[in-house]
Amino acid sequence: MNFLKSTLAGATMLAGLTGTAFAAEDTIKIGVLHSLSGTMAISETTLKDTMLMLIDEQNKKGGVLGKQLEAVVVDPASDWPLFAEKARELLTVENVDVIFGSWTSVSRKSALPVLEELNGLMFYPVQYEGEESSKNVFYTGAAPNQQAIPATDYFLEELGVEKFALLGTDYVYPRTTNNILESYLKDKGIAAEDIFVNYTPFGHSDWSKIVADVVALGADGKKVGVISTINGDANIGFYKELAAAGVSADDIPVVAFSVGEEELSGLDTTNLVGHLAAWNYFQSAESDLNDEFIAKWKAFAGEDRVTNDPMEAHVIGFNMYIKAVEKAGTTDVDAVREAMYGIEVPNLTGGTAVMLPNHHLAKPVLIGEIQADGQFDIISQTEEVPGDAWTDFLPESAILKSDWQELGCGMYNTETNSCVQIKSNY
Amino acid sequence: MTRSLFARNPSVLVFLACLGLFTLGVTALSEALGTGMISTSFVKTLGKTLSLSLIALAMDLVWGYTGILSLGHFAFFGLGGYMIGMWLMYERTRDIVVTSMANADIPPTPQEITDAIGNQIFGVVGGSDFPLIWAFSHSLALQLILVVAVPGLLALVFGWLAFRSRVTGVYLSILTQAMTLALALYLFQNDSGLRGNNGLSGLQNLPGLDDVPQSVVSLWFFWASALALGLGYLFAAWVVSGKFGSVLRGIRDDEARVRFLGYSVEGYKLFIFTVTAVISGIAGALYYPQAGIINPAEIAPIASIYLAVWVAIGGRGRLYGAVIGAAFVSLVSTWFTGGQVPSIPLGFYTIDWVDWWQVVLGLSFVLVTLFAPKGIGGLFDYFTGRKPPNRHGKDLGPGSGSLKEQEAEA
Amino acid sequence: MRHFLSLLCAATLLALTLPAQAGPTQDLLQEHAALINKASRKTIQPAIDALAASGLPSAQTVLQKWQNKDMWLRKEDGLFFWAEEITGKTFRLYDFDTAAPVGDFDKAALKQLKPNSGVRAMIGAALVQFQLSDPDPARRLAALTAIQRDAEPSHLAPLRASIAGESDPAIKARKQQLLTLLTIRFATDTPTRVAAIQSIATDISLDTRAALNSLLTSKIVFNPPDSANTGARITPGDPGLSVEAAFDLMVAAGVAAPLPTPDQRRAVLSENIAGGKVGGIPLARLNSQPARDRAYAALNPDWSPNMTKATVVADQPFFQVFAEPSKEVTDAARDALKSIETRVALNQALDLALDGISLASIFFLAAIGLAITFGVMGVINMAHGEFIMMGAYTGYVVQQFVPNYTVSILIALPLAFLVTFAAGVAMERLVIRHLYNRPLETLLATFGISIALQQIAKNIFGTQARPLTAPAWLDGAWILNDVVSISYIRIAIFALALIFLCVFLFIMKRTRLGLETRAVTQNPRMAASMGINPDRVNMLTFGLGSGIAGIAGVAIGLFAKVTSELGSDYIVQSFMTVVVGGVGNIWGTLAGAAMIGFLQKGIEWMNPSNTLAAQTYMIIFIIIFIQFRPRGIIALKGRAAGD
Repeated sequence: MNFLKSTLAGATMLAGLTGTAFAAEDTIKIGVLHSLSGTMAISETTLKDTMLMLIDEQNKKGGVLGKQLEAVVVDPASDWPLFAEKARELLTVENVDVIFGSWTSVSRKSALPVLEELNGLMFYPVQYEGEESSKNVFYTGAAPNQQAIPATDYFLEELGVEKFALLGTDYVYPRTTNNILESYLKDKGIAAEDIFVNYTPFGHSDWSKIVADVVALGADGKKVGVISTINGDANIGFYKELAAAGVSADDIPVVAFSVGEEELSGLDTTNLVGHLAAWNYFQSAESDLNDEFIAKWKAFAGEDRVTNDPMEAHVIGFNMYIKAVEKAGTTDVDAVREAMYGIEVPNLTGGTAVMLPNHHLAKPVLIGEIQADGQFDIISQTEEVPGDAWTDFLPESAILKSDWQELGCGMYNTETNSCVQIKSNY
Repeated sequence: MTRSLFARNPSVLVFLACLGLFTLGVTALSEALGTGMISTSFVKTLGKTLSLSLIALAMDLVWGYTGILSLGHFAFFGLGGYMIGMWLMYERTRDIVVTSMANADIPPTPQEITDAIGNQIFGVVGGSDFPLIWAFSHSLALQLILVVAVPGLLALVFGWLAFRSRVTGVYLSILTQAMTLALALYLFQNDSGLRGNNGLSGLQNLPGLDDVPQSVVSLWFFWASALALGLGYLFAAWVVSGKFGSVLRGIRDDEARVRFLGYSVEGYKLFIFTVTAVISGIAGALYYPQAGIINPAEIAPIASIYLAVWVAIGGRGRLYGAVIGAAFVSLVSTWFTGGQVPSIPLGFYTIDWVDWWQVVLGLSFVLVTLFAPKGIGGLFDYFTGRKPPNRHGKDLGPGSGSLKEQEAEA
Repeated sequence: MRHFLSLLCAATLLALTLPAQAGPTQDLLQEHAALINKASRKTIQPAIDALAASGLPSAQTVLQKWQNKDMWLRKEDGLFFWAEEITGKTFRLYDFDTAAPVGDFDKAALKQLKPNSGVRAMIGAALVQFQLSDPDPARRLAALTAIQRDAEPSHLAPLRASIAGESDPAIKARKQQLLTLLTIRFATDTPTRVAAIQSIATDISLDTRAALNSLLTSKIVFNPPDSANTGARITPGDPGLSVEAAFDLMVAAGVAAPLPTPDQRRAVLSENIAGGKVGGIPLARLNSQPARDRAYAALNPDWSPNMTKATVVADQPFFQVFAEPSKEVTDAARDALKSIETRVALNQALDLALDGISLASIFFLAAIGLAITFGVMGVINMAHGEFIMMGAYTGYVVQQFVPNYTVSILIALPLAFLVTFAAGVAMERLVIRHLYNRPLETLLATFGISIALQQIAKNIFGTQARPLTAPAWLDGAWILNDVVSISYIRIAIFALALIFLCVFLFIMKRTRLGLETRAVTQNPRMAASMGINPDRVNMLTFGLGSGIAGIAGVAIGLFAKVTSELGSDYIVQSFMTVVVGGVGNIWGTLAGAAMIGFLQKGIEWMNPSNTLAAQTYMIIFIIIFIQFRPRGIIALKGRAAGD
């Protein structure tokens, strides 16, 4: 099915060829590269709507630099090669000034070569595994040290977990995150045999064996905790099995990095109360800005819609972009990029987000307990944590750093004091 | 021989002429060498379509002519892509690593270079060691051999096992489907050493050719795809034209009779299965550098089923039908799913094509199967005036009442 | 109203704060206000201890309210109260000392204290002394659970004291069991502990094993003192002690000097570059490890490339040393564990078998409809998976209208049958009957229907998973012991699979329809000439197979998820179940499902960290299996086998 769509994306362009010639020059074009069909549509359509709402709102305020904003929406249809193709189309045919888009690492890495080749600018709004810093991408989602590491600390310090089960779906984000966590836990004195790792396929549904394995981990008298990077639908079967096995959050707590308000709406949470999730944003965050945003969102998209972490990331990214364009006085990519560093905008959980020279944000980390109504009760909120492109907990990455402002390099080896590469390894 | 080939298949010359004209036309309108009417991404798209047409051609050989409904040919396509992708990835990373290490005060050892490349390639999936299957990735020549050898070998082994046990018909279809599913699941694992779900990416950047703009690279691949399709078409036409072709169609129409006539049915099937796998591998090796990324989702079973859909809609048992089907359906699909087709407001409900195209495709597929078994290719019969005898809607295939060779000859 | 409320608040506030007569509880809380406000497991202990040891009558209430997140802070003066929700935004506060209501407050003026579950567990441990003899059995159980989770030496005495007065036999038994475990861990005299250990040497419960294992906590020590309770001697390189780790232990003990790593040596080389040479070797030649070693050896004559960690650690004394000082205790614990572990292994095998049966029954249920349409009629129906999906969505829709889960499931099961029966009949009439002679094209046409149905489901229900909730009596699991358990929903699916096996056998062997179906399958013309209408029989048979798929959909939706892709997850496995088992024979399908289920669980057991691998190898096994038994496990013989 994938390449059905990937095949001739250009067919759209035939239609586009005639249409773009008279595109007005006095608008700022914002490309929205989110899947509107296919498996990722459910997550990404929300982000497209968020962008449209933000652009609409900004236009009502009079646009930027006296120009109106114009959204250019394309559909990469959850098909990874199509992200590259659509990114090229946005940058060369539509001549957009900036792109907001992608959800998964694969899709980002697919678009990356095109962005770097054509010197585009993209804002990526979802939590990811790090180990990347491209000149042309701003990462407004959480890096591992802004989600996984604080959650693990919470397990170690607040819950006294001594034995870890790292359960994940078999793809890059869980793999890399678990790799970092394993290394981190060993630094913290957890023995290798006290870390159980399991990978399951996408959409896995038969969890009885795995849940039994996790329960059995408790046989040596150590407190067991589960760190879940299970993605999407598979969570439903997992939590149902967990509830059926009577695993209480007090005995074996589960912290998830990919379960938000939307995922919980697919199941009955009464038996899951007390299990945890870590994000940079929860809808239940108490701040005036958040109340206002939720109200606006419901007015725009419908009363029954929920807000989530990647939406907040887009809000922050968009506001930063507007500020940077105003500061630079132009939409030229290099000028805007220079202007982005150090820009501060308020985030929705109270406090401010700052864009760092490594293209990541400083954001607070929130840990919430699942409640019976499918929302999260925020029980821990940290100060702003600066995002780290290259993790400090893997030996190969610890020596790398990213600083586009001073060093002009996203992969700088601090041991040899040389730039490993300007372009990314995709 | 060639004379008789063209004489028997006048469509070959017409097809090659059309393909040549099309290639020239696209070149003339391209950004790199022509007027720029066709954008680079559309050139890539057209190049990819030609690669897909090539695998459709292979599918037609194996299904339309031999009657083996393989639901696993995209496994071979993907393997071809992986094989060329390994070299592209290794070589590009090596360039980066060597350049970066040249700055160090002490020159790197070969081991350090290999480690650094491994770290770059597999760092993203949390590894750094080179798995064994990357052993030849440093050599373009060896990987190019693997492009044909790996799919060919897999097809040979699989086909030998399956045909030897006389697995036929729908059983074989399900078995081939299981094969591609197993391969996709295997590649989804990180342990398989091909970067799991992330797959191989950045394949559009040719190592050592950083200065060549993508507009030119895309044209190169377009030409290569066109050339491969032309050669593939010639080869396919040659295969199906002689006595060999007659045996193939004989197997399709009644396997048992061919066997009783003394032909080694299994040998013929195995040959055609392996050869089409090799063609698929070549098509994949041309497709993925244009797509830029290959990952295991590409070879999920559904992909191979779509391949059968293209061939069926285009028209089985005629080579140009397969090409037309692949090009037509994939083009139209993209057009509809691209969100550029205006929605149809019905007052109470708006038909949004992004949502409903799949439904239309699925149903039109049912309709084609039921009412127009010859597919789009059948339209040509109206022009050439060829009318089939009225067999009450029965069509090609091994079943009773199917059209036999003379009636169905393309 | 709002003004009035705030006035009221202000008034009550004034009334309360002016006398400044905070009770002793409030004083105590205020003393630890900072800790309580930012409660962290690491720092909160003094506050909890102070409360628990205060001897105040309200201490238990405070701790319980705090644990239940019912303790609130009034922002204006920082006083603590417990609160009751009056309306969504208003809370009524109560004083801890007097238990009297203090007034109603807006939520904005208050802050809820949310101890995290680590802190809650500590509060629970502190509450134990109050709750062990509480008249409410639920509280007594809560206290026991708290001990179980977070046992302390101080629990031993109150627990022992509370047993005599315990009236509930179940709770008494549990108290005794816990007492044994606490004795093992915290008692002071060795014979008592050894006796306690021996008394539980047959108990496979998780808690027992946890208690015993924690006695056997050990670490590897280089050259331990004689006084240590040492276990086996460890050779470096064995699993459990790598050469690296052994070397590090020796370095830490000060008996070995750290060896430079290749990277460190390289750094030393690059620091010592002089005139394009290092140690007399030109830079350009340092691109091989031997050359670098020579250069390094030239700089550091003490070092030689032959010095490896393995040679240093060989034959050195490394011993396992137990944290528990008493050797009798550790020996007894080890013996007890050994006998327990055999039992555990047996039980694990049983649990794995249950999992295998459960998975097999799920595969069987998904495949049984296919066993009819494909196995009996020979029709390849790629839309079978979508019929399963339709059944699951039917269950979801019914739950939207019927809120009682039990009733809704009872409605959904027959309704799902009807819906998919109708869909199956429609499909048979409109499409499949035109293609009976062209099986390959049936495959493709039904595939077209499959993608259309899937997309229609997406358009109607969205791509997100929909909840299909099992009734409460199917919640939970049947727990034989801490190792063997299986959820009720899986037992229900197993029962459903059995029922359908019987239904299938009954219809095929005992009814007119079954007879006619078999006749039409074997020879349609002959059957027709005997007065059977093959069209009608085909239609009904196909409808029956589709209807069963719908019911399977409800069951699968209950235990997994309801999405538009639900069906495609099962279609390949279902076909393989039927093919592996042997087409045309329900026992074959059963055998196929059992084989696939057990095989997958078996591979999962061998490689627990990669479930994906289990699925991959299972499919590869099936492919190979079919090569050798192309007609499946139970093959039909003779003419009925057809081709």
